[in-house]
Amino acid sequence: MAFYETVFVARQDLSAAQVEALAANLTELITQGKGDVTKTEFCGLRTLAYSIKKNRKGHYVLFNIDAPSPAVKEMERQMRLNEDILRFLTLKIEKLDTEPSPLMQSKQSRDRRYEGFGDNDRYDRLDDEIVPGVGVEAEVEEEIEEEGDKE
Amino acid sequence: MSEAPTTRKPFFRRRKTCPFSGPDAIPIDYKDVKLLQKFTTERGKIIPSRITAVSQKKQRELAIAIKRARFIALMPYVFD
Repeated sequence: MAFYETVFVARQDLSAAQVEALAANLTELITQGKGDVTKTEFCGLRTLAYSIKKNRKGHYVLFNIDAPSPAVKEMERQMRLNEDILRFLTLKIEKLDTEPSPLMQSKQSRDRRYEGFGDNDRYDRLDDEIVPGVGVEAEVEEEIEEEGDKE
Repeated sequence: MSEAPTTRKPFFRRRKTCPFSGPDAIPIDYKDVKLLQKFTTERGKIIPSRITAVSQKKQRELAIAIKRARFIALMPYVFD
């Protein structure tokens, strides 16, 4: 059996209970196909980076799956049919991660668009190397322009 | 001029290293939006590796991760 990781986005007007029921349904499909869902994460209602089918928010759910491929295929087919699911992504992975995903960790910070980059986190050391923002944007544009001029 | 000009202050740019290589490498994960955002511009474009000093191999991985994050709407294709 192979390891998979599935993330799906459910419609915003579903209740938390409905999302859980939906996840339970999909889990059932995997178990029927002699597979196993080792981890289920409900990442809550997050703001989508762009609207999908007029939804500005969505419930994110992450599955870690250890199952044969037909079971995963069937689950994906059902996801495609289900109108409550806006989008899903299934990836085959080397090993299952038991730690909570970064999606989970940043659950508190809902609106990340206006979040500062100066937050104290483990990527702090990156900050003095790359400072995203106007500077970099300008620099990139400038360099691209320069290159264009040379040609 | 073979000598460094004295009028201009000698400018040393610290050699940057790839943050995803070496012993304390950061794993690249498409779900880690906060990390990926550091490698995109305000507009949402992927920053070239010649600026961020990410190695070629890791830059490819990074680009894939960013594109995955875009697909499931964790990151925007374009910020307007």
